[in-house]
This record gives sequence, structure tokens and C-alpha cells, in this order.
Amino acid sequence: MTRMAQPELHDLAPAYALNALDPEDRWTYERHLDTCERCRAEVALLREGAAELPYATVGPEPSPELRDRILRAAREERPARVVPLRRRWLFPATAAVAAAAAVAAIGLGLWANSLRDQTDQRVVAMSGGAGQLLISGDEASIVTCVEPAPAGKTYEAWVIAGDVPRPAGLFPGGCRTVELTTPVEGGNTVAVTLEDEGGVPAPTGDILMSANV
Amino acid sequence: MSDYAIALAPLIERRRVGERSNEELLEAIAAGDDAALGALYDRFGRVSYGLALRILHDRALAEDAVQEAFLAIWRSADSYRRERSKPATWILTLVHRRAVDLVRREDRRRADPIEAAPEAAGEAVPEEAELRRRRAAVQGALQQLPEEQRQTLELAYYGGYTQSELAERLGVPLGTVKSRMFTGLSRLRELIPQE
Repeated sequence: MTRMAQPELHDLAPAYALNALDPEDRWTYERHLDTCERCRAEVALLREGAAELPYATVGPEPSPELRDRILRAAREERPARVVPLRRRWLFPATAAVAAAAAVAAIGLGLWANSLRDQTDQRVVAMSGGAGQLLISGDEASIVTCVEPAPAGKTYEAWVIAGDVPRPAGLFPGGCRTVELTTPVEGGNTVAVTLEDEGGVPAPTGDILMSANV
Repeated sequence: MSDYAIALAPLIERRRVGERSNEELLEAIAAGDDAALGALYDRFGRVSYGLALRILHDRALAEDAVQEAFLAIWRSADSYRRERSKPATWILTLVHRRAVDLVRREDRRRADPIEAAPEAAGEAVPEEAELRRRRAAVQGALQQLPEEQRQTLELAYYGGYTQSELAERLGVPLGTVKSRMFTGLSRLRELIPQE
């Protein structure tokens, strides 16, 4: 279903709260939620009703190993530590961040270059013009200015070795430095995609920016 | 308030003295505290698994969905906003979405009605009793809904069917499905006490 009229969009709250939209409608509705305060409030309320439904299914227990498996996988991943940029590089959240991105990229470039003088960091411009990749040994960070991710979405960074992408951290957008949670080595590619909130184990979205290590 | 609300109110969100709240656990998880992730799993792992199994009808797939959801919580706990939703709502929405995505991908959807889960025979630990009472409350509230609302909610939430598929399957206009979902969810929220 494409090009829905606004009144139709407003009725999608219950199905969205139940995760009962097909992917295309879900995507359209999440764009709509960014601009519709009333719909966000309605979804929040309906989700409270939906979140009771799991309790009707309580019964069987998972295998005792599941807890260990989850904690082991979590420790292997480590969360992305997101460090906000120094204030002078921040743009007001309300400004058209996309329009400011070109200016920001110049500012970030200068900032990144000033770092290069101090350390052994290498700086590589990322395709797409909205980010720079800073590499120091096997650690890498993305310095970026992008529009905030829409509701229900997150930016996800990837380290791609050969054709195998590994998750390397999530960030919500805006201007920031994202320290990658996965080490890099020569020949890897670092890329960023837009994914569902919470991140995914393998990329599904288009590559928004990328650079070779 | 319904009878269920009165019976359940004192039991919800009871924590031992000194235990961290769900919000505090999510904050600690955002800071990289894996023990907090373990504690959150101890609170929500069982209900998450019950939900995933109900949707996926397969133990291994259900465990995969729960694992993916908890790793999503680990990665994105810093995007949780307490003014937008309660922790339980945020967590269970993530678990549900993972399970539904998986059941659609695997094409394993089924429409059998919710079966009464077998009573666990083990020791009656307090958590167990609380979960059992809560299960009875939600099942009771579902039974109080008009049949067509209950059926629509169950097929959507536990069956993983989209609203368009439901309109076709039930032979009713899409608008009818939407209004049954809306009324059913609103009513459910009224019938069950909120934390």
C-alpha cells in the first residue's frame, strides 16, 4: 500500500502497536510518527494494552543455558560507547541537519585533521560526505553529522571483512563520534546503514556511507 | 476497576527491598553492565520465552528470538526513554517484534487458539505465583472481550498476521479489523491494572 492519504495513516496506530503492519506500511507509518504528536501518544497508550498479552502465554520455561548464551554474546559485542562532539561542532537539533551536513563535514574534517597532528590516527573521508573514519591501530571511530534516525530506527555501523559484515555499534544520528565496537584491520570496509530500533545481526538497509580501512 | 484489577494490584512490580527498578537496570545496561542484563533477563526471560514460543511454536526458534531481543536491549538501552513507555512495554515490544519478524520469515504462522498452558509442577516460588496470577488476569480480561475483538487481537498478536491478511482471512473490511484492534486494545488496558 503506497501513497496513503493522511486520514488513513492516522488509523494505523492499533496495527502498529500490535506489530501487525507489513514492512512497507510500517516504514510509512514510522515516517508519519516523526511528525504526528497525537499518533505517538496513541501508539504509546495502545502498546500498554498490547504489552499485557505476553502474560497470557506464561508457562513453559526456556532452557537454563539461554541466559548464559545471551550474556556471553552480549560480552562479545560490547555496547557502542557514543561520545558527543565538543559543543562548538554541535548543530541545533532543530536546524535542517541535512543542509548543514556539508558545512559540518568541513568542520569535522578540520577537527579530524587537528587530531592527526597529535596522534597516529589516520583519517579517511567516508562516501556520502557525512562522515570521516578515524583509524588508530585496530580501533576506529566514525565522526559524523547525519539527520536524527526516524522513530523506530537506528543507525548501525558495520565492519565488513571480505563479504562478511559484523555489527560495530548503534547510534541515533546527529553530530557525534561513534567508537566502533568491532576491531578493524587493513582491507576491511566500514559502513553505516539505517536499521530497525535495537539493531540487527546483518545489514538490511542501503549503505549510507562507507570507507575502506 | 474490574475484579482482576483488584486482585492483581498489590502483586504488580513487587520488588525485594534493595533490588533495582527496571528503569535502573536499563540505565546500567546502557552503561555496559552485563550483570544488569542478567537481572533483566531473570525478570522478563520467562514471559519473553512464553510469548516467543506461542508465536513460533518451536523451542529453538523461540530461544533465538529471545536472544536477539535481549541483545537488541543490550545494544540500544540508551535509546529507552522513560517518558515514552514503561520498561516492560519497551522490552516486550522488542521481543514481540523479533518473534513476529521470525515467524513471517519462516512462514510458520498458525491460527490455533491460545491453549491453557500446563501448570508447572515445581516448587511454588513467589515469582511463579505472581506470573500465574497475572496470566489468569490477562486470560480473564481476554475472555471478557467480545469474541470478534478477542479473535482479531489473538490472530494479530500471537498469530503474527498483518491487518490486511486478517481482513482477508476473516472476510471483513480492513476498517473493521482496525476498529476491532483499537477497541480491543483500549478495553484490555482498562480491564488490567497498570503498574
